[in-house]
Amino acid sequence: MGRFHRHDDGTAHSHDHDHDHDHDHDHDHDHDHGDHSGYATGTERIEVLEAIFAENDNRADINRNAFEAHGIRALNLMSSPGSGKTTVLAATLDELAGEFAVGIIEGDIATDLDAAKLEGRGAQISLLNTNNGFGGECHLDAPMVNRAIGGLDLTTLDLVIVENIGNLVCPAEFDVGEHAKAMVYSVTEGEDKPLKYPVMFRSVDVVLLNKIDLVPHLDADVDTYISRVREVNPGARILPVSARTGEGMSAWFDWLRDFARTT
Amino acid sequence: MHELSLCRAIAGVVKQHAGDRRVDVVRVQVGALRQVVPDSLAFCWTIVRDDEDMPGAELELEFISAEVQCHGCGQQSQIESRFSVACPQCSSADVAVVRGEEFLVTSVDVA
Repeated sequence: MGRFHRHDDGTAHSHDHDHDHDHDHDHDHDHDHGDHSGYATGTERIEVLEAIFAENDNRADINRNAFEAHGIRALNLMSSPGSGKTTVLAATLDELAGEFAVGIIEGDIATDLDAAKLEGRGAQISLLNTNNGFGGECHLDAPMVNRAIGGLDLTTLDLVIVENIGNLVCPAEFDVGEHAKAMVYSVTEGEDKPLKYPVMFRSVDVVLLNKIDLVPHLDADVDTYISRVREVNPGARILPVSARTGEGMSAWFDWLRDFARTT
Repeated sequence: MHELSLCRAIAGVVKQHAGDRRVDVVRVQVGALRQVVPDSLAFCWTIVRDDEDMPGAELELEFISAEVQCHGCGQQSQIESRFSVACPQCSSADVAVVRGEEFLVTSVDVA
């Protein structure tokens, strides 16, 4: 990638001027690739300094304001695929029915399978398929949630839970207008996940350590899972539960009640 | 994994500033703690720039290393690991991120 050029005295050499921008080390040098004066090339440099998430974050604030205008608390629920988010939600809706009016924004790439599982449990459900555009999306962002809010009657709700797309990477980056983030992390996923996906694990206020009923069948112990979460997020509430048997779920319901009542 | 939507967001920022002018270069700063895969971002950009009517726009990435201020031992240090923000001095996870979460368009060259 050297730049070969010839000087007036006839010498020629190649500068080792490696501008490979696709690696991880720090680039503290100036990226002046030639004339930016605007005279010779006709180009002009415009300083921008704008966060790429700014538009998403503005829309997230609009969503949050809409929730708050109706006294609603919103929770962003995230996890990997198959961790048990929907099972947790079904048990949660059954528990809270009659106590809180709950709206669910159900993120799903292409199906209504999760929404169908949650029907008939007293909650309003707004299904949000994300397979528009090219290739589908791996997360919910604020504009998508904004559209889904239109499928809920906010005037009647106390609590909105956004069930995000199953994915430990992308959803962590996008504020959708929630007041808190929770995640479901099941013991079948392996105890190394907090270290592999620290951005997600650092972003959440509460971790439901799910499927603890399977611990006797696995080479796993709950304390190791908890300490691995603590390594990346010392402040998170960690609640060992089994959404299937109901073990530990009362602590989650209590957390959610406190959250929903906070103003 | 979400580089395609990131590229669309980058194009949105660029358009606000460039208007109808031809865009030659887009400079983006990426902190080490952002879950951005550079090769994937570069590839997605080649798709999105055509779609967004800026086919000649080159994407230049500048990487910012991560630094944390440790609440345990009080030291500020650069972190080398991609996977952990724990303090390299004392291994505490009780840290504040000082640098490394940047993700912004710093400048554009337009004609």
